[in-house]
Amino acid sequence: MTADLNPRYTFDTLVVGAGNRLAVAAARSVADHPATAHNPLFVYSDTGLGKTHLLMAIGQAARQLSPSLVVEYVTLDEFVEAYHAAVSAGDTDAFHERYKSAGVLLIDDVQFLAHRRELQTELLRFTAELQEAGSQVVLSSDRPPSEIADLDDRLLATLAGGLVIDIGPPDLETRLAILNRRADERGVELGRDVLRVVAEGETTNVRELLGVLNRLIAFQAVSEHPLTPEAARALLDGGAEGGARRGSMPPGPEPPDLEVLPDLPEGIVVADPEPEPPPVVIDSSAGMGQADDTGDEFGLFLSEVTRTVEEQMDRWQGRVRDAINHWSAKGYRTDRLERLLERGAEDPDATIRAFERDIATLRTLQHQMAECDPERAGDPVFRDPEALAEAEEAVQRAEATFEPPPAPSEAFALRDFVESGSTRVALQAAKTIIEEPGVQYNPLVLVGPSGIGKTHLLHGIGRELARGRPVGWVACVSAQSFMDELVQAIDDNRIPTWRARYRRAHAFLLDNVDLLGASDRAQDELFFLFNALLEADRQLVFTSTLPPREVNGLNDRLVSRLEGGLVAGLDVPDETLRRDVLVRQFMARVGRADEELVSYLAHQPVESVRSLLGLAQKILTTADAKGAAPSVGIAREVLEGPAAAGRPARTSGVVVAPSGGVESREKVVWDWPNPADRIIEDLG
Amino acid sequence: MSLINFTTREITCKIVYYGPGRSGKTTNLQYVFDRVPSNRRGRMVSLATQSDRTLFFDFLPLELGSISGFTTRFQLYTVPGQVYYNATRKLVLQGADGVVFVADSQARQLDENIESLQNLQQNLLEQGVDVRTLPLVMQYNKQGLPSELILSEEELEDALNFRAAPALTADALEGFGVFETLKAVSEAVLRKLSEDPAP
Repeated sequence: MTADLNPRYTFDTLVVGAGNRLAVAAARSVADHPATAHNPLFVYSDTGLGKTHLLMAIGQAARQLSPSLVVEYVTLDEFVEAYHAAVSAGDTDAFHERYKSAGVLLIDDVQFLAHRRELQTELLRFTAELQEAGSQVVLSSDRPPSEIADLDDRLLATLAGGLVIDIGPPDLETRLAILNRRADERGVELGRDVLRVVAEGETTNVRELLGVLNRLIAFQAVSEHPLTPEAARALLDGGAEGGARRGSMPPGPEPPDLEVLPDLPEGIVVADPEPEPPPVVIDSSAGMGQADDTGDEFGLFLSEVTRTVEEQMDRWQGRVRDAINHWSAKGYRTDRLERLLERGAEDPDATIRAFERDIATLRTLQHQMAECDPERAGDPVFRDPEALAEAEEAVQRAEATFEPPPAPSEAFALRDFVESGSTRVALQAAKTIIEEPGVQYNPLVLVGPSGIGKTHLLHGIGRELARGRPVGWVACVSAQSFMDELVQAIDDNRIPTWRARYRRAHAFLLDNVDLLGASDRAQDELFFLFNALLEADRQLVFTSTLPPREVNGLNDRLVSRLEGGLVAGLDVPDETLRRDVLVRQFMARVGRADEELVSYLAHQPVESVRSLLGLAQKILTTADAKGAAPSVGIAREVLEGPAAAGRPARTSGVVVAPSGGVESREKVVWDWPNPADRIIEDLG
Repeated sequence: MSLINFTTREITCKIVYYGPGRSGKTTNLQYVFDRVPSNRRGRMVSLATQSDRTLFFDFLPLELGSISGFTTRFQLYTVPGQVYYNATRKLVLQGADGVVFVADSQARQLDENIESLQNLQQNLLEQGVDVRTLPLVMQYNKQGLPSELILSEEELEDALNFRAAPALTADALEGFGVFETLKAVSEAVLRKLSEDPAP
């Protein structure tokens, strides 16, 4: 983001000397002709010698030459943080888009790539992508690529493939020029001799050199007399001690201890600039008895306060910048934070927190929109915290027009589903998932022959799950409807919206999944829907006439997912189940259930509850036509013909196991001829 | 009082010198006043009794100029140390960004020091301020007196500084430790700027 480019860091403000002449020339060349001269350009130097300045100068100059050019400046850590944030937010696209759209990508502090293989791979990929896209990459480090520990050979080759150039420490003249320029910028008049004293010091690190200058400026500001070279030297000697203690400056001579320096302007005293950190007792009694009335203690105090305030302000601004980087990397507009950086606010942290709350609300709204109308979830309004009201309105409109998925049928109640040995496992599993949807048995696949009660159980589960929950919580659809809807959605070019209907459901129940074997596209859709719902711990229930692995045409990835939950079989109804079903049916229809009739029908060789109910229906219809109560006589007449109505039932003597020892009714001879009618022929 | 106002770009630190009567709070302020260039300080307001005891409070405004684009002001207050002026102490303590506890190092004043410290804690508590979170600096004043009259720094630490706050020895009459104390409390106050914001 170009906002990160410090406007003060331009080529114009860069003092060129022997140490950085080559690097500056290369940088200018890159800025003038991005991606053509040296790509990537790798700049390295010791800390504080102007790498960041150079990088930002490239960015400023390139942008000035081509205002439409997108320039991105980022430190490696920010780059990594943005990448990780994007990964964790599942929004790596925005991250890639942000950086891929950059005409010039400036990455600072890449020495932190050391021992971070994964990151190196990502950077390698990025660099290659950007180079292919004709973008310029500029990197900086405190060491050459070959000295970055454990650097991937491919990345090393890529980095070394452009131009690797170092910045040397500034010579005396350069240091003097830097000090002169900075003093001018600050509007402070310091004598040339004073600046020379600073330049001649042992500090070659530009950043620290400017720190020394700041110290002189702070002293000058509180003094009524111009700073003399001697006073400056004395101050530097005192300051060097403080610097050495921080480990960044060479040790200087012993500092004076609360001593009045002879040539300092009146009142200026040098004391230990850094009191020991708390909790420590600072013993000032050592100086007692030699107090100095002319010491400019206030000047020292002011200098300390200035330094502390500046540090704190930098941290505050850093927090705002971090927030800007963080959220813009995720594709959100950060105008509010940028205004905050420019103009301030009464409570910046509160502003950041409010901004982040708005982002959270936006994400919720975007999620809601994705569930209703995914095609509109990418609208810019969901990336702009200033347009929160607009986003809310959009979601409300989408909610109002949202068409919920098919609900379970009211015709099937779970309480009407009869429990028996052949349905017990499936029913128990159903009760478990009703109690805790999405926790156990996910998916639940109900397998059994046609007419066995799978659809009843499926819808019964659906109704129980939907009880007390909002419309659309449960989607219950037959495979045939699922495929028909898909075709229609393709026709209407509204696939995302169609998908959203189901992805929004908290339970998805699909009847006859085996029918999808005929449609690859429907299987693909089911596969993605399955994954999305399962990942969100939503409950899935399917029915099938065959175990998934035996369904013809069902692809392996779907089979493995269906088999991954619980496949519960519903067997051919046993006698108990048949009796229960018949009793319920007759009680419901005529208010009584004749035991003999029930017993007769329960022994009829049916393969499914549906067939059994069909038999009962025939008898009820016949009885109704005759104006009589349903009876075993009517049943015999219906099932065996009028002749059988008056005689006792005869069977083949073959006992057919209720579990289906003989699979098809057609394969069994049911009406055996009377042996008395048979002609016995002796062939002997 | 808000320590930092980003809209008006002002930083205002209110620092209160607290402690028992005659421990040297006003002396601290007087010394600071004498050392600040006239263009940097306001008028020191001091309401004192005929016997030079602070009747109400002392107030010394310091203009530190523009720092990082923020007009920075320090307001130094003292409280009356006498026990019966507690209402005034509470008033002055309101909105304090930092406190300097000026302890009298004389051995015979130890009980007064302890009582005043407890009073400070109590008054802060009443204002909903946890003394553990408020920048606090201990100053053991009057260390210039003969050693037989005063407690050593270690003894004062043991008796008063159980919170391990930054502590400095001083002789405010001579100016020793005065600015060091002011620096210590200022730094503690300003460092709070970068602490994690409240949720």
